[in-house]
Amino acid sequence: MSLASMGSPASLDAPAPIGFAEKIWRINWGLVLVLTAIAGVGVLALYSAAGGRFEPWAARHAVRYGSALALMLVVALVHPKVWLTLAWPIYIVSVLMLVAVDVIGKIGMGAQRWLVIGPLQIQPSEIAKVAVILMIARYYHGLRREQAGQFLYTLPPLAMILVVVGLVMVQPDLGTAMMVLMGGAALLFVAGVRIWMFLAAGVSAVACLPIAWSLMHEYQKKRVLTFLDPDRDPLGAGYHITQSKIAIGSGGMFGKGFLKGTQSSLNFLPEKQTDFIFTTFVEEWGMAGALVLLGLFALVVVWGFSIALRSQHHFGRLLALGVTAMLFLYMFINTAMVMGMLPVVGVPLPLVSNGGTALVSVMFACGLLIGVNVYRDAQLPRTR
Amino acid sequence: MKHFRKGDGERSGLFTRRALVLGGAQAVLLTALAGRLYQLQVVETDRFSSMAEENRVSMRLLPPSRGLIFDRAGVPLAVNRNNFRVMAASERGRGVDVLIERLDQILILGDAEKARLLRELRRNRNAQPVVVRENLGWEEVARLEFNAPDLPGVFIDLGQSRDYPEGELMSHIVGYTGRVADEDLAGRDDPVLQLATMRFGKKGVERSLEDELRGRAGAVQVEVNAVGRVVRELDRTEGQPGANALLTIDLDIQRFAAEKMKEHQSGSVVVLDVITGDVIAMVSTPGFDPSTFARGITQAEWRDLLDDPQRPLHNKAIAGVYPPGSTYKMVTALAALEAKVIDPWSRLPCPGYLELGKIKFHCWLKGGHGSTNVSEAIAMSCDCFFYEAARRAGIDRVSDMAQRLGFGKVSELGLPGESAANQPTRTWKQEKIGKAWQHGDTFNLGIGQGYMTATPLQLAIMTARLANGGYEVQPNVLLAKATSREELAPPAPRTKPTAPSLRLNPQHLAVIRQGMSDVVNAGHGTANALRAKQPEFTFAGKTGTAQVKRITEREREMGITQASLPWHLRHHALFVCYGPVDNPRYACAVIVEHGQAGGATAGPIGRDVLIETMKRDPSRRTDRFKKMASR
Repeated sequence: MSLASMGSPASLDAPAPIGFAEKIWRINWGLVLVLTAIAGVGVLALYSAAGGRFEPWAARHAVRYGSALALMLVVALVHPKVWLTLAWPIYIVSVLMLVAVDVIGKIGMGAQRWLVIGPLQIQPSEIAKVAVILMIARYYHGLRREQAGQFLYTLPPLAMILVVVGLVMVQPDLGTAMMVLMGGAALLFVAGVRIWMFLAAGVSAVACLPIAWSLMHEYQKKRVLTFLDPDRDPLGAGYHITQSKIAIGSGGMFGKGFLKGTQSSLNFLPEKQTDFIFTTFVEEWGMAGALVLLGLFALVVVWGFSIALRSQHHFGRLLALGVTAMLFLYMFINTAMVMGMLPVVGVPLPLVSNGGTALVSVMFACGLLIGVNVYRDAQLPRTR
Repeated sequence: MKHFRKGDGERSGLFTRRALVLGGAQAVLLTALAGRLYQLQVVETDRFSSMAEENRVSMRLLPPSRGLIFDRAGVPLAVNRNNFRVMAASERGRGVDVLIERLDQILILGDAEKARLLRELRRNRNAQPVVVRENLGWEEVARLEFNAPDLPGVFIDLGQSRDYPEGELMSHIVGYTGRVADEDLAGRDDPVLQLATMRFGKKGVERSLEDELRGRAGAVQVEVNAVGRVVRELDRTEGQPGANALLTIDLDIQRFAAEKMKEHQSGSVVVLDVITGDVIAMVSTPGFDPSTFARGITQAEWRDLLDDPQRPLHNKAIAGVYPPGSTYKMVTALAALEAKVIDPWSRLPCPGYLELGKIKFHCWLKGGHGSTNVSEAIAMSCDCFFYEAARRAGIDRVSDMAQRLGFGKVSELGLPGESAANQPTRTWKQEKIGKAWQHGDTFNLGIGQGYMTATPLQLAIMTARLANGGYEVQPNVLLAKATSREELAPPAPRTKPTAPSLRLNPQHLAVIRQGMSDVVNAGHGTANALRAKQPEFTFAGKTGTAQVKRITEREREMGITQASLPWHLRHHALFVCYGPVDNPRYACAVIVEHGQAGGATAGPIGRDVLIETMKRDPSRRTDRFKKMASR
């Protein structure tokens, strides 16, 4: 706050462009440190998940994080007006990629989330998540206060969200679809959409549940049922969540000790390096370790909120809050899932789970967040 | 610009308020996560810890090493041999079909084996491994190891299997082991019996000493991973191997007796120590090869054994029942003497037959024996004397004496499947036949025919009790047992029976024994041809020929003789004997099924086996054990 007020007392209308050193100084290095700490937890947990070896996950995770960190810093130094301009193209490209994935998935028979472009395997839904945030932030940046509250003006962003949600859902990737929907809703809420519209949406969503149920795949229905009653099939679909709860619960207050988790090392845990990495970590480090990790995430969220609140432009506020909400949802859905509070939907724990695209997209989003802080007092025209 | 700022201020205010609401909501959700962590990791941590422990730790039983069986000199009769076997375990019956197909490609199982595996793997709920094949060769082991990645849940296990070095010779006494059957579990809650690799005694000593031979299972706690593969061993409690057993059998005499029986199709020899009751030899021919059971008998082999008319699985020494014929005459004589209806000097006439009403009871000697006293009657096996002696003593006294000498009941010598045969009484006939006892029945019983049956063992017991001076000696096959090999040693030799006395008049016994001695050693004896060449091996005996089919008057006139009858209708040949004659130590009973004449067929076998036993005198030769044991 003090930096912001000190940097622009005399030039309200046209603040002096800031120099490179100033930009570097404005990067939230504390936040970078917290993110690195979280990624460090990831390396630790992946090292343990591999049975005390850097191969095949931990080393690669560290390297990936290093390059993603560089990407984040570059993104953080890009002026928001560039993102304002690129929002549409990014969104359109990501929607096209989602369509491509769906079509290929249809042809290839079966769930398809990947697109192979040259040497890269890209998960378009990860890009779409960020694209939706950029689009909505850009849209509301261009609206006046009164317009934001009007129903008609709510329809375009709603469409932007639902197109992506629909395309992700048919992949089918229920977890990501829910995250885009909830992240979008959070953004609409802070952008000023009236409360009654949320209530109306909630009511109609409940009314649509039976339809959604009938559209769901068999295995998705099974997951929901298993979530509602894990003992229904303790050796089948409920097995994963039961074993995960056993692992977490047996960790106790201070855990079984590094590399001493039995549930993960003896393969009782499924997907221990991806969706269930939290379980692997918590079994060995206990509630103490879990609270430290959750605390680190909470720090990121608090940091995100303060960046959002300090931004002098609406685009920055919404962008920062959208990214923060996305990170929170990622973290919440994953941990709640492995603790049996939500159905198993396949959402990784950001920065900790093994997996390239998610890491890059999260770090890209964090770059946008830090960029908002670097360019917090930039003048952005409201009209497009 | 002012407008712009004002509008943005309003927007920013709303944003701030809503952002705070959102932040609050996130704080609530975070708190929920922390609460859930508290619930799982503090409140319910004990429950989850024990569940993790159950996941991780698996108790495996270590099958104990089965006790070994030796003959009285310490020669091994049943031993354990290392055995590589393939085991398979499946997780909840998944992928069993594919697994069996792959195993079939490697081991060539056959349809019956495949069906058995499928059944056992499906039935097996708690993922206990089942045996696929035993006694693998090196090549099979190598092929399985090579294909291990395609065979989840399959592993090679080093176990022990039973080996019987003496094979058929000891098959009826040692018996064999087989897979644990459901009926074997009755009354036994030893968890080790649930193991697929466990074997259970099915016949012989393996069966009767099962609970001692088995030993106590050890246990090993292992850490297993999610597919049940053992990761490491956590804790181990050693079990206790089964007790080793020393049998009373003398393998040399057993082999000698079996050799003597070879020329006959079917029969039995029993040799008893009359002082201790030790079973020195017990042969039943034909026998069977116990190794077919150890390696797993096929359906066809099993059928062949069951369908053989000479019943190789049957231990005829304890389960074969035959009319004792003339070997029973000592019982009749002793009953009459003890009842004082005759005395040692009484002479009874033999005109060749006795008449009872209109029925003629013939003596085997057509013209009759004239008049004989009891010892002469035994020596010449005069039938008329014993018709009359039985008539005078009465059925009740005869069958009472027979029971005191061991007939009509099992001896509990320590082998399963013993038959009590049949010692008829008044009440028995009333209950079983539904008719009252007749005088004619008494006549028949007097010469060991009619309803009377006995096992070769019972004949040997009778002979032993007559020979040892009237002591109720009990036969036994187990000399000693001990868990450690060092403690396994035969008891000190004895020269006096410890069994209770039957309180028989020694004078009466002496008369009977004189008769039995005369059978062999007197010129008028029925088996004088068998007498021992060397005086120190002089023995006493009694021949017997048991009727299977009665040759009627008419058939006899038509010239039908024993030799012309088909094998299964010919008379059984019997011989009982003991020796040395003046200080008896061993008794021997021989039955040659359908051997026609006791003196000619069974007699030489009894003589040779008894003399061989006296020569080797196993009761006094503990040094033989020491020599064997110290090797």
